[in-house]
Amino acid sequence: MMHTYTEPTPTEIRDQKIYLPWGLTDAEYELVCQKLDRLPNYTETGLFAAMWSEHCSYKKSKPVLRTFWSKNERVLQGPGEGAGILDIGDNQAVVFKAESHNHPSAVEPYEGAATGVGGILRDIFSMGAQPIAVLDSLRFGEIDNERTKYLINEVIAGIAGYGNAIGIPTVGGEIAFDKTYAGNPLVNVMAVGLLDQDAMKVGQAKGVDNAILYVGAKTGRDGIHGATFASAAFSDEEESDRSAVQVGDPFTEKLVMDATIAIVKRYPEDVIGIQDMGAAGLVSSSAEMASKAGMGVHLNLDLVPQRETNMSPYELMLSESQERMLLVIKKGSEAKAIALFAEYGLDAVVIGKVTDDGLYRLDFNGEIVAQVDAQDLTTAPKYNLPAVTPKRLQNAAKEQFVPKIDNLKQTFLQILQQATIASKASLYRHFDSMVQTNTVVRPGSDAAVVRIRGTKKALAMTTDVNGRYLYLDPFVGGQMAMAEAARNIVASGALPIGITDCLNFGNPDNPEVYYELAQSVAGINQMAQALNTPVISGNVSLYNEYNDEAIYPTPMVGMVGLHTDNQTITTQGFKQAGDAIYVVGTTTAAFNGSEIQKMQTGTINGQLFAFDAEAELTNQQLVLSAIQAGLITSAHDLSEGGLAVGLAEAAFDQHLGFDVAVNLSDALLFSETQSRFIVSINPAHQAAFEAHMGTAAQLVGQVTDNGTFKLTTTDGTTEILENEAYTSWKEAIGWLLK
Amino acid sequence: MKAAVITFPGSNCDLDMYHALVDEFEIETEILPATVTDLSAYDAIFIPGGFSYGDYLRTGAIARFAPVMAAIKAADQQGKIIVGICNGFQILTEAGLLPGALQTNTQPGFICDVTGLKVVNTTSKFTNAFTKSINQFPIAHGEGNYYVDAATLATMQANQQILFTYTDNPNGSIADIAGVTNTNGNVFGMMPHPERAVDALLGNVDGRAFFSSIIASLVNQQEAIKA
Repeated sequence: MMHTYTEPTPTEIRDQKIYLPWGLTDAEYELVCQKLDRLPNYTETGLFAAMWSEHCSYKKSKPVLRTFWSKNERVLQGPGEGAGILDIGDNQAVVFKAESHNHPSAVEPYEGAATGVGGILRDIFSMGAQPIAVLDSLRFGEIDNERTKYLINEVIAGIAGYGNAIGIPTVGGEIAFDKTYAGNPLVNVMAVGLLDQDAMKVGQAKGVDNAILYVGAKTGRDGIHGATFASAAFSDEEESDRSAVQVGDPFTEKLVMDATIAIVKRYPEDVIGIQDMGAAGLVSSSAEMASKAGMGVHLNLDLVPQRETNMSPYELMLSESQERMLLVIKKGSEAKAIALFAEYGLDAVVIGKVTDDGLYRLDFNGEIVAQVDAQDLTTAPKYNLPAVTPKRLQNAAKEQFVPKIDNLKQTFLQILQQATIASKASLYRHFDSMVQTNTVVRPGSDAAVVRIRGTKKALAMTTDVNGRYLYLDPFVGGQMAMAEAARNIVASGALPIGITDCLNFGNPDNPEVYYELAQSVAGINQMAQALNTPVISGNVSLYNEYNDEAIYPTPMVGMVGLHTDNQTITTQGFKQAGDAIYVVGTTTAAFNGSEIQKMQTGTINGQLFAFDAEAELTNQQLVLSAIQAGLITSAHDLSEGGLAVGLAEAAFDQHLGFDVAVNLSDALLFSETQSRFIVSINPAHQAAFEAHMGTAAQLVGQVTDNGTFKLTTTDGTTEILENEAYTSWKEAIGWLLK
Repeated sequence: MKAAVITFPGSNCDLDMYHALVDEFEIETEILPATVTDLSAYDAIFIPGGFSYGDYLRTGAIARFAPVMAAIKAADQQGKIIVGICNGFQILTEAGLLPGALQTNTQPGFICDVTGLKVVNTTSKFTNAFTKSINQFPIAHGEGNYYVDAATLATMQANQQILFTYTDNPNGSIADIAGVTNTNGNVFGMMPHPERAVDALLGNVDGRAFFSSIIASLVNQQEAIKA
């Protein structure tokens, strides 16, 4: 058979430097030649370009990622596999990971977001786990232009289109808006799964002659070089590369998911390893499985199921067609595995085998088209990049911004309408949050809670990060992202047990950006240890820039907490009139980077306000133990918009009012001091609660049912109608999107 | 009583229905694939929600050709209880077992929420145990806008085939219709999800009366046969 494609020869590749647009540098190309002791051919060059991209190799972020604390008594699987795994007792485990799909979502928002959901779910079920929940952390520009409105609507529709169809509930997450994300939105998806510990699988190709089984959708030309594409920055001049975006099919994914979980249950002994074909498709999944096991792999590309004609080896290896898995099946068990997948109407084909020569070998049309060392492919050169403190941090003003409040009611209503504060219900109501009938706390509270059927346990989950804080101080901002995530988990009554992350930054070759990355990770890491929440998985998304302007450092923290008794699950809303309202924690002037600074000045600046890690831990422990003792009726963490927004959100849930008096100025109602909660207490428990909390909690008033928010400060008394405040908060996003 | 939950490729509320029937009402239940051709062993058949065959065409348009549909029609001939929830409702209308059709919501887009349902008729096999006239039911759909022509609507009203209406119509359904039966009163379909509202831990038990109604009518039926 004749080749129906033509490719540049090895010397042409060298002379024309066609590897450069694929993201391989001259020095890296030289290194490949050295390792091979010859010039790489077209296919081999493509393999190295993809495997050595930042997206696949983390070659630039690794020195920082290595510092993450990822071991404690619960950790069954840390970073490096499809997802991390934590022990939750009774031979059960929780599996979770987050992943970014920023670049695809910027050029093709529906499919970019949809395949983001599909990809992270495959990471979960490739461990043998049943996905139980999805959370989304989204960042867009200000809602003042048609492009941003389009991105928001399409990203929401894409997540809904995929998540709803596959039947995994979308239970939470957060959405924020800032002009820094206008040209480069962030779409981070976190998935959580449940696993019986003895069903745990990892992505390894062990055992000579074991079969490499290709499962799921056929391979097409979509998403070729998606990993390289994710490792480059956007600008106005460059045409956005739509062909690098994949198209999702949630129906096929559901079949692949159900069948993969079924084969692990039915034939646990015969399934040696599982890996999803995500970034850099077939090459990444097969090379990583071989290299982790210290083995080689021999694939025959003629056997790969194809949905387009005349595909070249390069295209077959680099395609990022969705809904595909690679399994290593014990030799001799191929037929029963194939039969199982056939029950689900899925293609499953043996395309190669595990070898002991350490070589990554590809055959096509009876010829060897690639033969390289598997370890070389998965061992990109390491970079220690320089870090420099950004100028803005060196010259930041030390004094805190002073909000101007002439009319408290007006400011109160205005802040409730800010896109970042306003209700996101009109967006998340497009997500099925209830399918699987395990969702105890649906979107709209601090953390979502999903029960574990047949036990008294439940899992709390949340995503958090405020890029504005990190922009003003990446280390402290990183600590605050962890602190807020943990407060959300604690407010639901759960013990924080671990985190995943999506590290969204600009171009790491810029020393200021690298500084932000390193400092954020250090801040997150410090709090991870303090909170005993190891970092068990994560994802790095660099090159989030538009026209050479980096986004705010935005390391999203996805945290999971454990409820051992589902009867003490708590939500943020006040429950009944007459309950006493307490503020836990101390309020100080914390305004640089705050929502009110942004609202009143149009920007954020100055030195970020201080963070007290000790107070944070103490307050969290006090609130958690009070909830577990049954003393607290509702608990809400205070974050953006401060006490004013926290009180309003707690009241909106049941349309209650409050009568609150504080020894603070009007302005301090909007302070964003960390480590604070607002809780409501049944009068019968007030004495016990006060004894438990000591000086950490102050009584500030009570819940009312007269439809009024009554606020007394050192500046006077203000009354605001609940329904006026509610409408401002509930409808703002809808008005902006019109 | 023995129940069957039919799972089509792409169904995703099959386990929810199973758990509601088994865990909450202790009904002997089996989940059966859409390839089964004999349902004679079952007293009640439930078609759950989801996206059968991906629903890339009109919802339910492919599922109606599945092998199990002949068995479902045979069960209808015998007057057995057949319930379609959400995608199940769409499949039953496509198959002609229920009147009308389900179109895209008037405001396009999938909605997941909780909505008020008015029980219009409490004498049916599916509503006899309801004590409250307004109940809160979860909804989760993009194509729940029920349509039927004026003449059929008049017949349905005369026959008391409309069992539930929305208090705050979320999808544009004609006459606020949320759930209907066939003329014989043995086949029922609705877009809202009663199986999501049976467990107090999840904060809503308004769906329990739906299952209690079916159990009561099956018990009555069996007693009538004995007598």
